[in-house]
Amino acid sequence: MRRLYGAGTGHLLMMLVCLAGAAGAVALVADDPAWRVMLVWFLAAVVVHDLVLFPLYTGADRALSTVTRRRPPLGVPVVNHVRIPLLGAGLTFLMFLPGIIRQGEPFVLGASGLDQSPFLGRWLLLVAAMAVVSALVYAVRVLRPRSPDGEQQVVHGQREQRLGGEPVPDLPPRQ
Amino acid sequence: MSSTEPEYGFPAPLWRAIERARPPLPRWRSPLRGPWLTSVMGVVLLVGLALVIVTGLLSYIAYGPQLGQAIPPDVGALRLPIFDWPTRPSWLYRLTQGVHVGLGMVLVPVVLAKLWSVLPKLFAWPPVRSIAQVLERLSLLLLVGSILFEIVTGLLNIQYDYVFGFSFYAAHYTGAWIFIGAFVAHVALKLPRAVRTLRSRSLRTELRTPLAATLPEDDDGSGLVAEHPARPTMSRRGALALVGGGALLVAGLSVGQTVGGLLRPTALLLPRGRTTAAADGGPNDFPVNRTFVSSGIDVTSTGDGWRVELAGAHPRQLDGTALAALPQHTAQLPIACVEGWSTVQTWSGVRLRDLAALAGVPEPASALVSSLEEGPFARAALTSGQVLDPDSLLALRVNGAELGLDHGYPARVIVPALPGVHCTKWVRSIEFRSA
Repeated sequence: MRRLYGAGTGHLLMMLVCLAGAAGAVALVADDPAWRVMLVWFLAAVVVHDLVLFPLYTGADRALSTVTRRRPPLGVPVVNHVRIPLLGAGLTFLMFLPGIIRQGEPFVLGASGLDQSPFLGRWLLLVAAMAVVSALVYAVRVLRPRSPDGEQQVVHGQREQRLGGEPVPDLPPRQ
Repeated sequence: MSSTEPEYGFPAPLWRAIERARPPLPRWRSPLRGPWLTSVMGVVLLVGLALVIVTGLLSYIAYGPQLGQAIPPDVGALRLPIFDWPTRPSWLYRLTQGVHVGLGMVLVPVVLAKLWSVLPKLFAWPPVRSIAQVLERLSLLLLVGSILFEIVTGLLNIQYDYVFGFSFYAAHYTGAWIFIGAFVAHVALKLPRAVRTLRSRSLRTELRTPLAATLPEDDDGSGLVAEHPARPTMSRRGALALVGGGALLVAGLSVGQTVGGLLRPTALLLPRGRTTAAADGGPNDFPVNRTFVSSGIDVTSTGDGWRVELAGAHPRQLDGTALAALPQHTAQLPIACVEGWSTVQTWSGVRLRDLAALAGVPEPASALVSSLEEGPFARAALTSGQVLDPDSLLALRVNGAELGLDHGYPARVIVPALPGVHCTKWVRSIEFRSA
């Protein structure tokens, strides 16, 4: 079994459970004329996440880390103070996209009697608020006396200065 | 990587050939990726998504499949054990559907973080070494595809964006079963390893480890730990706080649509963070399920000539005056919709069981309520229990005032724990059936 299949019987059993669920589900919509559109959305969800969204945000994060790691300007690394509000903005943009870009407004109006006019402004305010809070926290971290964690951050900074402002080399390769 | 020699299943030459054809692949640098972090998020999703699945399936049952109201109607082998949806507690559907939508939204950042943590495995080389791994990759495509499909269709539906152009109900139910199958298989295969991995590091220690002391996890051969990790810019506890913070942010932006009251405006970015265009704080200022204008009803048919037709052993027609002359009952009940929003109001009107008795069917097996409206949700069947509950009303008033046109004037049905879409508005007739 293991030689031929590559795993134990339990594995095969679970794979069959998974395929049975999918087969039963597909049978539900086999007669639905829109099944092709559903399939396209299903596959597009994976492709857009794995091959568009993921490379975009990891690429942006690498760029951000490269820019910000050269030398913490005020002794406190700035990277997370940019990263976190950006992630918050991205998450809320994706989740509440229809309201922000006013997509599907006739249906919203028919269901609730309300339009989608406030959402873009509210989202921009939310993003601005996250950025301001992040900047304030940064300011507090720069100005306050160093906590034990902060001390260790400074130690990092000293190591960097000893190396002539070059970033500390990456961690050693793992065995 | 793993110290064990790669093993190939049958046919080994094929898998070896694939391994030799290695294309240039991205190098993963995050020092935080590792089996422990993945397992933490996996366990959170195991508990959270199980709740989302159960509450979602309960919603299917709450629609009343036994009354021919299941959507999708014909589910073949995927039939659920059907029972009469109870009327008590009156907040039951408010709770189950609020959890389904609210928790489903709160888990979005966790799902995204979990996918981030395992994505290097998508690009691992060779992609497969045996038939078992081919099947497992397929199961992961189904798992990831279905969870993303459910999140996307769910998020669009609660914002009334039907850009996908297929039936939401059919698609979301289908996606759910693909997910359930893949989820069960994934949990069965991975849970033992996740539990072992969670035991290998102490959460308490991780929560005390600052950035400067943050080191990559030990490589367990899972392919998650980077071979050449970059220097961390965030501690492991920081990463957990970031994901948890994302979940809290979403919770803060969505809980208001379900809890309502003073918290409603905190659902800043959702349609149900608002009440009505008037927003006058008056008795009819609560969210509308469907406006009178969009119902397409001719306004004259709700005027003086309006009658409610009661069908049964003794058919009757009652106008507004006759209804108001019957014993009135007041109940505080929620409207809770499939989109997860809800609102609790004080309704007054005639008990449905009194109307059933008037129509000569004091113990109805079911009742069919029809609206002046035409369309898919213009009629709804109620179970015997839903008709006979003492708080089930043909409501004429809300919060002490006459029902507004948008809320179903001249009369609407309100039944405890019934999905909002079945609380028929602008009622034209009620047929009480004895069998």
